[in-house]
Amino acid sequence: MTDTLLEIDHLSVDYETGRGDLKALRDITFDVNKGEIVGIVGESGCGKSTLISSILRLTAPNTRFREGEIRFKGQDLLQSSERHMRDLRGADISIVFQDPMQTHNPVLTIGQQMLDIQHRSKQSKADKLAHAAKMLGAVGIPDPEARLKQYPHEFSGGMRQRIAIAMALMSEPDLLIADEPTTALDATLEVQIIERLQELQREFHCAILFISHHLGVIAELCDRVVVMYAGAVVESGEVREIFHNPKHPYTRRLIECDPGHIKERARVLPTIPGEVPDLANLPGGCIFRDRCDQAMARCATQVPPLDQLKKGHHAACWLNHEEVTT
Amino acid sequence: MKKSRSELGQIIVGVARDPLGLMGLIIVGAIVFCAIFAYWIVPYDPIAMDIKSRLQGPSAAHLLGTDQLGRDTFSRVIAGGQVALKVALPAVFGAMAIGLTLGMIAGYGPKWLDNLLMLFFDTIRSFPTVMFALAVVALIGPSLQTVVFVVMATSIPTYGRVARTQTLTLRNSEFILAERSMGASMARILGVHMLPNIIGVLAVLAAMDIPTVIALEAGLSFLGLGVKPPTPSWGALLKDGYSLIRQTPWLVVGGGLPIILATLGFTFLGESLRDVVDPKLRKQR
Repeated sequence: MTDTLLEIDHLSVDYETGRGDLKALRDITFDVNKGEIVGIVGESGCGKSTLISSILRLTAPNTRFREGEIRFKGQDLLQSSERHMRDLRGADISIVFQDPMQTHNPVLTIGQQMLDIQHRSKQSKADKLAHAAKMLGAVGIPDPEARLKQYPHEFSGGMRQRIAIAMALMSEPDLLIADEPTTALDATLEVQIIERLQELQREFHCAILFISHHLGVIAELCDRVVVMYAGAVVESGEVREIFHNPKHPYTRRLIECDPGHIKERARVLPTIPGEVPDLANLPGGCIFRDRCDQAMARCATQVPPLDQLKKGHHAACWLNHEEVTT
Repeated sequence: MKKSRSELGQIIVGVARDPLGLMGLIIVGAIVFCAIFAYWIVPYDPIAMDIKSRLQGPSAAHLLGTDQLGRDTFSRVIAGGQVALKVALPAVFGAMAIGLTLGMIAGYGPKWLDNLLMLFFDTIRSFPTVMFALAVVALIGPSLQTVVFVVMATSIPTYGRVARTQTLTLRNSEFILAERSMGASMARILGVHMLPNIIGVLAVLAAMDIPTVIALEAGLSFLGLGVKPPTPSWGALLKDGYSLIRQTPWLVVGGGLPIILATLGFTFLGESLRDVVDPKLRKQR
């Protein structure tokens, strides 16, 4: 279980824009082991989507990989040929997108689409259809054979997301990227999808990289969690450790702001005041400094390194450096 | 569950349920039927002259009368339909196939290729159709093939532009991104996923374009630039009728009525088709 599947090693990604380079990702480092569920959490614009499109190498044309490596099974994806990437996508790495209403081709039946994504397989059409029906059954779509003949608009949002998960798992990938798969769904469906993902993960033994800004879901589903802020990793570690003993003020505030954690009735929901800094024009020192209630003089001048505090628990904050806090 | 009908069957049933669509279907069906079986339907040889019985009105012997050379107008109308479809169908489908291919390449391919193809489309479109036709006819002479070529060349940009716009809209849609992230090649994305999304719009455009082409062929023939006499054509009929309108008004009716009917029929069919091929609307009827 300790085999590393995906290693992201000091990855820095820029977007070239008219205002100068937007530093979307800076020095991202974390691993995903085989069969493990890793959550990535962070507010909008913190680089979660850039990270997953970088892993799949489906980035916008103005993307520049400045530094670092993305190693999948030991091979650097940033150096791989386009052909090799295409062979990986959908076979070894697959993805479930955020909005289930948009992820299916509206003019093809679900069956046609599920047949099509098996284009690598040499099986007969009947076998492929049987496989498709089996996968639909596995994600809990009743009467799958008949449902294969229907169009996407004949399914509800929750069903479509389950179909998307079925399609992503069809090739039994080693890594499933789930890009906020429950954000567009309501709370009851969210629980359904999460439970389904857990079951399927046990069945298929794939690793899942689960992107979300819903801490409750992360806590429920993931083994480890990576907290991102403004294009950098601020804290990472075991889910338990992060939630019970956060070592970065951002993580702490994020947990405090989660409505699920609020015990008392409050007039105003807690928020983290301030905004994410301008990524094209980064200030020196700690990126969270302006919004941090424990900022010190040192935070303005020096960037805190992502240090290992305990085995597997990393955080980037000067507060954890005792010689300064005391 | 009942075995679902084939896609084409469903579309035809859908069109037939709509009164206008049914009318279009009947008119187009009749025109196509007459064109295919023209040889057996015509009571007289459409190019056989009979000077003794020239310029007659409608009678039991000649349903729509005869022209200035004594040719049976009804036979010429039927045979003219065959000529009209011989021009319209290859021209429209040829233009659609070429326009679709070029348009999808322009929409999905690199920016420079898009610019180049758009320049090509705009260049063609900047010629007025009739002037272009005149120039081509002057160069290679009037014939059925010339008309087909002119119509095809001038309507490629229309299909190309529509296909390009559709492709551009689709290429950034999430389901295409989903396909790419599932490892689909460019050919697969264009052929399997984009084509079915675009073809409906283009098929409707083609159905609506057929009457324009028929009218264009008639217009060119009317100007004496279309099919060569004595080949019967609706436009040529109209031209003869126009010069002889004082002697016999029946020729104008014989040439004009089929053009009007064909235009209406194909337009009704096209509009009805547009509503039916959209799967989002299909279940609501």
